[in-house]
Amino acid sequence: MLEIKNLHVQLEEEEKQILKGVDLTVEAGKVHAIMGPNGSGKSTLSYVLSGRDGYEVTEGSATLNGEDLLEMEPEERAAAGVFLAFQYPVEIPGVGNMTFLRTAVNAQRKARGEEELSAADFLKEVRAKAKTLKIDADMLKRPVNVGFSGGEKKRNEILQMAMLEPKMCIMDETDSGLDVDAMKLVAEGVNALRDEGRGFLVITHYQRLLDHIKPDVVHIMADGRIVKTGGPDLALEVENNGYADILAEVN
Amino acid sequence: MALPEAKQSATEARLSTLTMPDAGCTRAAREDALARVLETGVPNRRDEYWKYTQPDSLVSPDAIPAAVFADDEPLMFNALDRLSIVFVDGVFSAEESDDLSLEGVSIDRLEDICCKDIHWAKDLYGVLEARGQTPVQRPLAALNTAFASDGVAIHVTGKPSKPINLIYRHASPTSDVIMHHVVRVESGAEATILETGPAASRFNKCMEIDIADKGTLHHVRAQGRDHERRAATHMFSRLGTESVYKSFTLTVNGMLTRNEQVVELTGDDAMAHVAGACVGDGDFHHDDTVFVTHDAVNCESRQVFKKVLRNGATGVFQGKILVKEGAQKTDGYQISQSLLLDGDSQFLAKPELEIYADDVACSHGSTSGAIDETALFYLRSRGVPTKDATNMLTLAFLAEAVDEIEDRALADEIVSRLEGWLARRS
Repeated sequence: MLEIKNLHVQLEEEEKQILKGVDLTVEAGKVHAIMGPNGSGKSTLSYVLSGRDGYEVTEGSATLNGEDLLEMEPEERAAAGVFLAFQYPVEIPGVGNMTFLRTAVNAQRKARGEEELSAADFLKEVRAKAKTLKIDADMLKRPVNVGFSGGEKKRNEILQMAMLEPKMCIMDETDSGLDVDAMKLVAEGVNALRDEGRGFLVITHYQRLLDHIKPDVVHIMADGRIVKTGGPDLALEVENNGYADILAEVN
Repeated sequence: MALPEAKQSATEARLSTLTMPDAGCTRAAREDALARVLETGVPNRRDEYWKYTQPDSLVSPDAIPAAVFADDEPLMFNALDRLSIVFVDGVFSAEESDDLSLEGVSIDRLEDICCKDIHWAKDLYGVLEARGQTPVQRPLAALNTAFASDGVAIHVTGKPSKPINLIYRHASPTSDVIMHHVVRVESGAEATILETGPAASRFNKCMEIDIADKGTLHHVRAQGRDHERRAATHMFSRLGTESVYKSFTLTVNGMLTRNEQVVELTGDDAMAHVAGACVGDGDFHHDDTVFVTHDAVNCESRQVFKKVLRNGATGVFQGKILVKEGAQKTDGYQISQSLLLDGDSQFLAKPELEIYADDVACSHGSTSGAIDETALFYLRSRGVPTKDATNMLTLAFLAEAVDEIEDRALADEIVSRLEGWLARRS
C-alpha cells in the first residue's frame, strides 16, 4: 500500500537534512508503529507524506498503491486516501465543525467521481460515529477545535478519520496530551477502523499507546532513518531500556 | 477665519452646482447647515480626517459618471416579508414602493413633514448632524443637510411586524444624489431598517437616528455591487437610557465608499454595536470611520470591522471611542481586521481611545494579515481544494462581523452574498 523508498528530505528555508534515506513499506490491513527519540524525523515524515509546505524532497519516492504521492497536492493525496491525524489539531474560528466535515467528505467524494452525500445521510452518519467517540452535538456545532480540550481535539481527529474512511492513516503522536481514559477512547476509535483494506502508520514516543493499538510491525527511527524493525516486542524493549541500547547497537 | 484659498474655491465650485430645496420648515436647519459648510469648507486630502481617503471625487462639482451594473443576482432580501420603499436615482418611486402604512410605524416622505406638521421630524432634522460636527468636522454631512432632495421620516412607535427596506436603485450613469432620512424610535419601540442598493453614481446619504429610552433599532445595510459608484454616508445616532442600536454594513465593490458612524450614548445602560464586512477587489477603496461617544453610565459599545482585500484594494478604518468624564462602567470594544489576499492590497487603520473616566473597560485591536497557512493546510489535508479552503477561511474571517446581525435570516442573506462574491473570484 504505502511504499517509501530512500526518502531524503530537507527543510526548504535552511538546508538542513531531516530525513536521510527512509525505507518503509506498510501493507494493507497492517498497523506499523514508528518510535524514536525527539528530533529523529518522525513528524517530518508525516508532514511530507501529507504534503505540507516547507519541506523539499531531494531524493527517493513515496507511493500509495503505485501512485506518486510526492507529485500530488495535499487535497489530492487526501482524495487518494491519505489521512494525517495531527499532533496539534488546528483551531479554525468561524468554521463550524459539521460544515467542515461535510465539505471535506463531499470534496473527496467529488474528487473521486462519487456522488456527494446528502445533508440527511451525512447527518445520520456523523451522529452515529460521533456517538461512539463520545463527541456530543455541541462539539459538532462549535467551530473546528476552538475551545476543545486536548482529548476532544484528538477525538475530533479520529471522527474525521472515521468519516473520511482513508486507505492510509498516519497518526502523529495521537497519544500526546491524552489521559488514560481519553487514550482508550481514541484507541477504540482507531481499532474500529482497522480492516483488511486499510493501513496504519502510528507515530509515537511511548509504548503505552501500543498497548491499546496493537501494532504488527514496530520501527525505530533515529537521525532521519529507520534503524531497526521488529515485532511488538521491540516497543517493549524501548519502554524498558530506552533508545540508548538500540542506537548503540545500530551504530 | 478665512478658508485657505484652495478649499474656498473647491467649496464654491461644489456649491455652484447645488440648489437648496424650498423645504419650508427645514429651511432654517438647511441654512444653518450651509453656514457650517461655508465655515469649514469641503474636505480635501490635507485634512487629517481624510488622510487615508481622498475626497476629491466626493466633492467635485459634478459626479464622475458610473456605469449602471447589470446585477445577475436576485435583489437583496427579495424573499423577505418587508415593507419596500424604493428610490430610483434618489427619487422616491411610489409605483415601485409598497403602501407606506404599517402598524407600529409612521413613514412619511421628507417633503411632507412640513405640510403634515410632523414635529418630531422637524425637530430632529439636522440636529444630530450638527452635534456630530464636534470634535471632528464632517462637512459632507452638513452639505447633505443643506441640500438633501429626498428622504423619509420614520417614526417607530410600536413593534412593526416586518423590516422597512429602503431600496436604492441606480438607473442613470450620471446620477448625483443627496438623501437625508430621520428616524425616531419611541420608548419601548423596536424596528429593523434595511438599506440596499448602490443608489447612484455618487451618493451622499445621511441618516439621523434618535432612540428614546428602551427603544431598539436594528439596521442592516448592503451597499450594492456597482463597480464605479462612489458613496459618502453618515449615520448619526443618539441613544437614550437602556436603548439599543445595532448596525451592520456589507460593502461589495464600488470605487470609493466612506461610511461614517457617529454614535452618542446619552442614557445610562445603553448599547451600541456597529459592524461592517467589506470585500474589495482591485480599484476599490473602502473607509469605515466611526466615532462613539460614551456620555452616560454603564453603557456598552462594540465596533467590529472586517475587510477582505485583493488585487490592490484599499481598506481604511478610523475608529474612536471617547469616554467622557463621568461615563463610568463603560464597556467599549473595538476590533478592526483585514485579510489581505495578496501583497498588493493595503489596510490603513487608526484605532483611538480617549478616556476621561477612571472606572471603564475599553479594548481595541487591529490586525492585518494573510490567510493562515496552517489552517489552510489542515483543510487541504482533509481533501478540501485550495480555492474552497481559502473561501471557507475568508468567510470565517468575516463571520465575527456578520455575527453581529441578530436576525439569522438577514445574516444568512449577507453570507450568501459574500459566498457569491468569493465564487465569482475563485
